[in-house]
Amino acid sequence: MKLLEINNLHASVNGNEILRGINLTVNAGEVHAIMGPNGSGKSTLAGVLAGRDAYTVTDGQVFYQGKNLLELNPEERAREGLFLAFQYPVEIPGVNNSYFLKEALNALRKHKGLDQLDAIDFLALIKQKVKIVEMDESFLNRPVNEGFSGGEKKRNEIFHMAVLEPLLSILDETDSGLDIDALRTVSDGVNKLRSEDNATIVVTHYQRLLNYIVPDFVHVMKDGRLVKSGGKELALELEDRGYDWVHEEAGQTV
Amino acid sequence: MQLTDQHIPWYQSRFEAFEQGLNGTTSTSMHAIRRKAMQRFVDLGFPTAHQEEWRFTNIVPITQKEFQPIVRSEIKSATKIDIQPHLVEHAHHLVFLDGVYSPELSDISSFPAGTKVGSVAEQLKSHPELILPYINTMGEENAFTLLNTAFLWDGAFLSVPKGVLLESPIQLLFLATDRAQLFAAQPRNIVIAGKASQFKIIETYAGLAENTYLSNAVTEVVLGDHSIVEHDKMQKESMNAFHIGTTHVQMSAASQYTSNVISLGGFIVRNNITARFEAEGAECILNGLSLGRDTQLIDNHTVIDHAVPHCSSHELYKSILGGASKGVFNGKVFVRKDAQKTDAKQTNKTLLLSDDATMHTKPQLEIFADDVKCTHGATIGQLDEEQIFYLRSRGINLDAARDILTSAFANDVINRISIDPLRRMVEHMILDRLKKNHKTSA
Repeated sequence: MKLLEINNLHASVNGNEILRGINLTVNAGEVHAIMGPNGSGKSTLAGVLAGRDAYTVTDGQVFYQGKNLLELNPEERAREGLFLAFQYPVEIPGVNNSYFLKEALNALRKHKGLDQLDAIDFLALIKQKVKIVEMDESFLNRPVNEGFSGGEKKRNEIFHMAVLEPLLSILDETDSGLDIDALRTVSDGVNKLRSEDNATIVVTHYQRLLNYIVPDFVHVMKDGRLVKSGGKELALELEDRGYDWVHEEAGQTV
Repeated sequence: MQLTDQHIPWYQSRFEAFEQGLNGTTSTSMHAIRRKAMQRFVDLGFPTAHQEEWRFTNIVPITQKEFQPIVRSEIKSATKIDIQPHLVEHAHHLVFLDGVYSPELSDISSFPAGTKVGSVAEQLKSHPELILPYINTMGEENAFTLLNTAFLWDGAFLSVPKGVLLESPIQLLFLATDRAQLFAAQPRNIVIAGKASQFKIIETYAGLAENTYLSNAVTEVVLGDHSIVEHDKMQKESMNAFHIGTTHVQMSAASQYTSNVISLGGFIVRNNITARFEAEGAECILNGLSLGRDTQLIDNHTVIDHAVPHCSSHELYKSILGGASKGVFNGKVFVRKDAQKTDAKQTNKTLLLSDDATMHTKPQLEIFADDVKCTHGATIGQLDEEQIFYLRSRGINLDAARDILTSAFANDVINRISIDPLRRMVEHMILDRLKKNHKTSA
C-alpha cells in the first residue's frame, strides 16, 4: 500500500530554494534511508513533511494515504499517523514527559474515534513501552527532555514513537550524538516497532545507523534533489567512497 | 495638593457620617488613630503618576469615583451557597462581606487553647489593647493605607500562641457583594505568630458579581522568633473592581515567612508587600503569579528591608499577560550597613501572550553592606515557537500547546503553594482562564 508519494517537491527558506524537485514513493512495510552531505536538504525535507512553517513549498505535491499532506497542519499530520523524531529534541521545562504524552496519545485516539485512556490504563501502557527503548522509568516523570543527555533525548523520541504508534516515521539524524550502545538500543527500539503496516524514513549523514536499521532503499540527496537510489549496498558504497562521486551519475537513477 | 479629579471632600463627609454613627465612642484611642489617618489622607491626597511609586499605575479610574466605605451598619447578606465555590477544602474559614465579619458564614471551631481567632471589630470592643499595637506600626504611608485606617472597623484577627502548630490552614474569605452603589471594602487584618508557632493562612478575595467596587485591604503579619508562616493570597475580584492589597510583615529571629500571591481578577490591581527583618537568621520568600487579560493592570510592589545581618530573602514573581493588559513589578531590596551575610535573590519573569500586552519591571537593590550575596534578574518573552511545534508534531493542537506551555510557566509559582486543595483550585482557575482566552481570541 502506498503511504507517501512526493512529486517534484520544491521548498524554500527565506527565499532560498532548498528542495529542488524531490520525487519519492514510500509503501507500507518499507524502510527508506535518505543520505547526503550536510546542507543537502535532508532535514528540510523532514521538516516540510512534518509541517514546519519555516519552509515554503513553492512547487510540487505530497500525498499521504492519498490525502494532500501539505494542506494539513502539524497536529493533523500527527493524528493521521505521521511522526517526526527530531534531530534536536526540544526541552520543555515544567511539562511532565508522561503528562505530555498522555495528552498527545488521547488527541490521536480522539481523532480515531477511540475512548480516552485514563491515568491507570495509560500508566500500564507506558510502562510496557518504556522497555522497548530500555529507558529508566524516572524519565517519565521528568520535564520533557530537560536535562536529558543527547542519548536520552533520542531514546525519548523513540519512546514517544512507541507510544503513538505512527504509520510513517521520519527519523531525522537520530544517530547524531549517540555512542555505540545508545545507537544499538535506539535502533533495536525502531526495529521492534517495524511492521507490515508502517514505514520509516531514516535521514542520516552516516552509514553507521544503517548497520542496525537495515533499509530496503537508500537514496542520496544532493543540492535538494534525490540524485541516486539503490538498495542497502548503496549505503556501504557511500561509506567507502564518500559523496563526491555521486553527482557524476546524477539524474541517472531517480 | 488636591486635584480636581480626586474626591477628597467626599471621603471627609463620609468620615463625619461614620463618626456620628459611633455614638459617643469617638474618644477611644482607636478613634484618635482614625482621625489622625483621615487628616493625613486629606493632606496627602491620592498618589498620581508623577510619583515614582505610581509611575506606571494610573489610578485615576479609582480617584475619580466616590466609593462608600462600608462599616458595620451597612451589612449585606450572602448565603452558604454563595461562599461555597470559594472555600478551600479542609480549611477553617472566616468570611467577610464587603470587609465586615459574618459569624454565620464562618467556621472557626476547634482551635488549640490560647489561639485567638475572630474579628477585629469584636476585639476592638472587648480587648482593644490586643489590636492597637499592630495598627500602622510600619510600612510606607499612602492614601490607601490611610483610608483603610481612617475607616478601620473590621477584619480578621488571628493570634497563635507560643509553640502551637495549626494542622489545618485558616482561610480568610473576603467577598464583595453586588450593591447598586459604589463601595469600598476595607478590611484590616492582624496576624500574630507566637514564638515557634507554625501555621498557614489563605487570603481569598472574590466578587459575587461583576460590579465595580474598591477592595482596599491591609494585613499586618508579625512573626515571633522561630515561627513559620505560609501566607497565600488568591485574588479573583470582579473584573470591574479595583484591588489594593497591602501586607506588612515583621520578622523576628529565625522566623520563616512565605507569601504566594496569585492575581487573576480586578481592573486595576496593586499588591504591596513590605517585609522587614528585625533579628538575625530569618528567611522571607515572596512569590507571585499574575494573569492579565483585556485591559487589566496588575502591579506588584515589594520591599524587603534587610535591617540586620544573616537573613535571606527570595523573590519569584511571574506575569502572564494577554490582550492589552499591563503588568508592573517593582522590587526593592534594602541591605543596610550592618546587614552582613545577607542573601537576597530576586527574579521577575514575564510571558507576553499578545503584541499589545506590556510589562514594566524594575528591580531596585540598595546595598550598604559589603559582605552580601544579592542577585536579581528579569526576563520578558513570548512562547517558544520551537516548543509549540514540538507539541503539535505529537498531535496536540495549537491552543492546547499554548496552554500547556503557559501552564508550565505558571507552575513554577503554583507549586510553591503547599496547601494541596488550594493549589488544585488555582491550577483549575488558571486553565479555565486560558480556555476563556481562546474564546475571546476566536
